Amino acid sequence: MPLLKVTIDNVEVEVEAGTTIMNAARQVGGHIVPPAMCYYSKLEGSGGKCRTCLVRVAQGSAKDPRPMPKLVASCRTLVQDGMVVENTTSPEAMDSRQAITEFLLINHPLDCPVCDQAGECHLQDLSYVHGLEETRTVEERRVFKPIDIGDKIKLHMNRCILCYRCVMVADQITDKRVHGILGRGDHSEISTHILKAVDNDFSGNMIDVCPVGALTDNTFRFKSRVWFTKPFDAHRNCTKCSGKVVLWMKGEELLRVTGRKDKYGELDEFICNDCRFDHKATADWTIEGPRAIERHSVISQNHYGKQ
Amino acid sequence: MEKLTNRSVVASDKKMTFMERIYVPAILKGMSITITHFFKKKATINYPEEKREFSKVYRGQHVLKRDDEGRERCTACGLCAVACPAEAITMVAAERKPGEENLYREEKYAAVYEINMLRCIYCGDCEDACPKEAIFLTDRIVASQYERMPFVYGKDILVEPTDLRVDISARQTSAVHDFKKNKAFAHNR
Repeated sequence: MPLLKVTIDNVEVEVEAGTTIMNAARQVGGHIVPPAMCYYSKLEGSGGKCRTCLVRVAQGSAKDPRPMPKLVASCRTLVQDGMVVENTTSPEAMDSRQAITEFLLINHPLDCPVCDQAGECHLQDLSYVHGLEETRTVEERRVFKPIDIGDKIKLHMNRCILCYRCVMVADQITDKRVHGILGRGDHSEISTHILKAVDNDFSGNMIDVCPVGALTDNTFRFKSRVWFTKPFDAHRNCTKCSGKVVLWMKGEELLRVTGRKDKYGELDEFICNDCRFDHKATADWTIEGPRAIERHSVISQNHYGKQ
Repeated sequence: MEKLTNRSVVASDKKMTFMERIYVPAILKGMSITITHFFKKKATINYPEEKREFSKVYRGQHVLKRDDEGRERCTACGLCAVACPAEAITMVAAERKPGEENLYREEKYAAVYEINMLRCIYCGDCEDACPKEAIFLTDRIVASQYERMPFVYGKDILVEPTDLRVDISARQTSAVHDFKKNKAFAHNR
């Protein structure tokens, strides 16, 4: 199978047939990778919902050099030989990303000072780069009460952007899905009908895949801001999962356990609820060492006490 | 020996003259300087009775403001603590329970909020960082203490009493008022 040649933002890359523009860009890396709020490489069928990854295709292929008539979702569009893609170099794509960000924030409560996800939130990162400084809408936002969809999972429907990632986790990682999207259009909401219905062993992963603060860890609720905790790589012998996790420590106290995420915020391995919720003592874990964090991340900012 | 610097002075022990030896002219000269100071403007004031006029933007003891309905504005977001160059601020957050809506404005509040006044450098960065207009520096002076521990101010000192509001209007410049009028920033309130 010959490799296909694609040009993304003037960078040429050769990829296998069947690769999406997003994954081709990720092979190059750097700032040309379009942001993704709903696409998740480990979940089949994800992507195409949030529209933040829209790019302009200036040349469809070597055989048909016409540009594509509309912006395309890079997570869903397969590359063709000789395709020329413009992401950051296209003002049209950047304008649309700004508009998409504004739309994603239209019902978002902007309660970042309260939200536990603040500091590692993809919507925060996105609006930091592409968002407007002010809110142009005066209409009332949707308001829901926070509910417990699982024993230790809190759902803030206010903050949800309906990316469907948690639904796919429940479909593909757990054996039975008990939550989903109720209603249609702007009435859509994530719910379970029955409170605390989610109790699968791997259901905690929906906290990690959630790009915003809609699904949060109840055992970590309001314990600390993310940037006051320090992440450590650690592992333990677990019969259900690989047991490879990140421990978020504040001093000697272990506040939160999450899976290991790569630079696109995707989990390397899904971990079980036992590891995530029930082992909150440092003695349970073999600590490998501090986790490398990007220098400009808020997580590497100011810490109480030096370790 | 070679000199290390050219600032050294050779000490002389020359004999004093008669005028120098009777000391009286030197004493009179010294007294005249002392006496002129009686008629000059005093550098000190009688502090508790008299107070100096402060600059409008003087930064003294902090206050944690309540909103118009008397609820605490602080939501323990930690932005003041992360902005603090002296790492003087620590806090512990807690969740508001049903029925406490008249005490705290948001879902989350600061159960413990401490500022170490000895570490604080009164830069005002916490005030700039605050997204909820909760913390302000006022023109009040931090009281002196004999021990170190009382300088760690908790919520009992920092939060303004409902019946005795702390005036921070001097810090609300016209630029701040213009900002508040703008409807587009309503989400910040």
